[in-house]
Amino acid sequence: MQSQGSQILVLVCCSATAFADAASPFRPTNIFAPASTPAKSIFGLSLFVLAVVGAIFIVVFTLLLYSVVKFRKRRNDDGREPPQVYGSNQVELAWTVIPVLIVVALFMATARVIATVQKVSMPGNAIAVTAIGHQFWWEYRYPALGVVTANELHVPVSDPGHPTPTFIKLLSADTDHSFWVPRLAGKTDLIPNHPNSMWIDPQETGLYLGQCAQYCGTQHAKMLLRIYVQSRDDFDRWIQAQRQPVSVSATASQGQRIFETTACINCHTVAGTAANGRFGPDLTHLMSRDTIAAGAASNTAENLRLWILNPNAIKPGSLMPAMELNDQELDALTAYLETLR
Amino acid sequence: MSTDAIAIPRRELASSPIVTRLHEWVTTVDHKRLGILYIIYALVFLLIGGIEATVIRIQLIRPHNDFVSPQVFNRMFTMHGTTMIFFVVMPVLFGFANYLIPLMIGARDMAFPRLNAFSFWMTAFGGLLLYFSLVGANGLYGAGNAPDVGWFAYAPLTSRTFSVGHSTDFWTLALLVSGFGSIGTAINIIATILCMRCPGMTLAKMPLFAWLNLVMAGLVILAVSPLTAAQIMLLVDRYLGGHFFDTQAGGSAVMWMHFFWIFGHPEVYVLILPAFAFASEIIPVFSRKPIFGYSVMVGATVAIGFISMSVWAHHMFTVGMGANVNTFFVISTMAIAVPTGIKIFNWLATMWGGKIEFKTPMLFCIAFLFQFLAAGLTGVMLSVAPFNWQLGNSYFVIAHFHYVIVGGILFALFGAFYYWFPKMSGKMYSETLGKLHFWLFLIGFHLTFDFMHIPGLLGMPRRIYTYEPGRGWDTWNLIVTIGVFFQAAGILVFLGNLLWSNFRGEAAGSDPWDAWTLEWSTTSPPPEYNFSTIPAVESRRPLWDLKHPDDPDSKYE
Repeated sequence: MQSQGSQILVLVCCSATAFADAASPFRPTNIFAPASTPAKSIFGLSLFVLAVVGAIFIVVFTLLLYSVVKFRKRRNDDGREPPQVYGSNQVELAWTVIPVLIVVALFMATARVIATVQKVSMPGNAIAVTAIGHQFWWEYRYPALGVVTANELHVPVSDPGHPTPTFIKLLSADTDHSFWVPRLAGKTDLIPNHPNSMWIDPQETGLYLGQCAQYCGTQHAKMLLRIYVQSRDDFDRWIQAQRQPVSVSATASQGQRIFETTACINCHTVAGTAANGRFGPDLTHLMSRDTIAAGAASNTAENLRLWILNPNAIKPGSLMPAMELNDQELDALTAYLETLR
Repeated sequence: MSTDAIAIPRRELASSPIVTRLHEWVTTVDHKRLGILYIIYALVFLLIGGIEATVIRIQLIRPHNDFVSPQVFNRMFTMHGTTMIFFVVMPVLFGFANYLIPLMIGARDMAFPRLNAFSFWMTAFGGLLLYFSLVGANGLYGAGNAPDVGWFAYAPLTSRTFSVGHSTDFWTLALLVSGFGSIGTAINIIATILCMRCPGMTLAKMPLFAWLNLVMAGLVILAVSPLTAAQIMLLVDRYLGGHFFDTQAGGSAVMWMHFFWIFGHPEVYVLILPAFAFASEIIPVFSRKPIFGYSVMVGATVAIGFISMSVWAHHMFTVGMGANVNTFFVISTMAIAVPTGIKIFNWLATMWGGKIEFKTPMLFCIAFLFQFLAAGLTGVMLSVAPFNWQLGNSYFVIAHFHYVIVGGILFALFGAFYYWFPKMSGKMYSETLGKLHFWLFLIGFHLTFDFMHIPGLLGMPRRIYTYEPGRGWDTWNLIVTIGVFFQAAGILVFLGNLLWSNFRGEAAGSDPWDAWTLEWSTTSPPPEYNFSTIPAVESRRPLWDLKHPDDPDSKYE
């Protein structure tokens, strides 16, 4: 039994270091590094729950280990059967009542946090966003601000003194998805015919990562979430820029012609032009984004060109078709897209 | 009561031509042969499901790996989950129940032997149907393909729009067909236990094994029926223009979730109760004490049966059910931890003051206790709805339920294999190989599933065929994958041990463990009619009474 004991000790130590690593704030999607009220409430509750289950684990684990070691059959056993004990009602009562009390305590703490997060109405100064899940990308609409974008959500930082939270209405255009940015809030599903909502009030600026957390089809893995939390001024400037119409320079007019005479416009919108498809991301201000293909690749000219030539090279199984263009057409089209600022 | 059984002239069987022997196995209605058929069938699928798991883990060994395509990966996790739940764990548990219940209650067969055979073959055809999708699933669209909708197949991914071809239909039909088999077996188990007990064996004198399987069978009827109904509704949607789950025509995706989980959560208890049954037989025998608190154990089992019907929506905390509904499912889910905890305490008290012998079956049961404790506590963490909003659908959940199914059910099941192998085969297994299997599997299990919790806490969702570097997930995934190879080695040692011992093992005798329930009173393997004369019992441990006539249990119960 000695070897089992030491092995268990090693496991406990490993788990402890692993936990310390998990708690490191430098992990971009760590649930134990909250930066917004919903995630912080969950974090506080999770510490309480961990303390309770940790204590139960240590007590029962020790009792089990003790009985296994203490009551093992000895080498010099006399061969007689041990005393036959059939049960004890007092003992049974004790180990029924104590767990019941623990459950009651856990339940009360839980019910409070459910209310904190779920029973919140939207204040007047909140930013309203509609997030629509698509196979395999995110559409974001700011109905009050007249902005439509994709895959990269911009929200203002929320000062705890004067909170400006963002309320997100969650819809789905096709299958089930789930919106999960661990440092900001727990996940909420996007389900067709079943509108949901959630809210965040990020208290530090920066980029927060996450990804779709409900299996939605072939490319579920590369349906990544990026939330840019900006100072109020930066956010307002971003909104202003997104509202500007596109201006196409004469050099890119060949690319624009290719864009508007191929299947591109069936799925994509470029505001102010003939392109008004809704199946794929809005490309009006494509070049204001850091990534393409829902975060699967950085937004460079080479990646754009590759994406149009062969989407499967970046994201196999995505619904963007290969456009079968020749090299010259590809160059022209890429040049056009690069003007969409 | 009588312990002398007439040995069946087995030589005669062995010398008949192989076709005759195969024919006897195919047409058999003997509960013991059907039990062994179930078990062998499940072991074959265990290998297949294990290979699928290995493919999944190799793909995830490092970020941006391209061992398989996303399409293949999605098929692998769908087939792995469906296979392991429906065609490994359920059949193997039905196999043990079939084999052991009549022997333990002193009956000569199950109540409905022909229904029993029918149920087995339905289950068997279900599994074959699922794997036939590899050949026939895309029908006219070209080559076949396995289903790729996930084992809980959320709508509307299963609609004709998102799932073209026939792969989803093979999944649906496989579960529909095997579901009928499961319901048939459940009816049979209930009828057998209620009507076929030997003289003297009141309900309160049954082995706990029978009690746990009785509750399990009740749950099967309650849980599998809604699943079957949902599968029929899905078929109506796909082929007869129904709109139950077709969201594009106003159907409800959430309704599928409710149908699936009103099956899915009681199903967890369908799987774990027989594991409890194994532990409740093995731990007393190797501690040399009767089970502590028999009546409380029965009460806890029945309580688990009832509460398990009211917890399903804890799989849906992120669906947006509203604060009040979430709160209800928090308390019902936490409540089930109480009877489950009582069970752990009673097993602990059974060992307390005993003389524990570390034979392979007991080693597996002790590991089961430790691991099931941990699995139960991560379950409590997941029952806390807000915590679940973070942990749900992440690798933490995967680690949690594999801790239940592998660390709990599979470990108890391995214990059962070693404990009853001498009875079923008449041969003793190799203790050395058994212990090697135990240690290999224990190390592999902990490497894989302890470390799998961590990427979940770091935000790694389930069912992704690849992941981004720089999120702190890489090292953990590497360790998790390494553990798989230890587990695979353990399984190979296990199968080798069964095969070798079956042909070369020493004769076991009728009662190798000095045990107390009726199956050990007949020969190993038992004759076709089990007992030459139907035994009569006076206590829960009839063989204890027989071995200690001066101090029988019947005086104390």
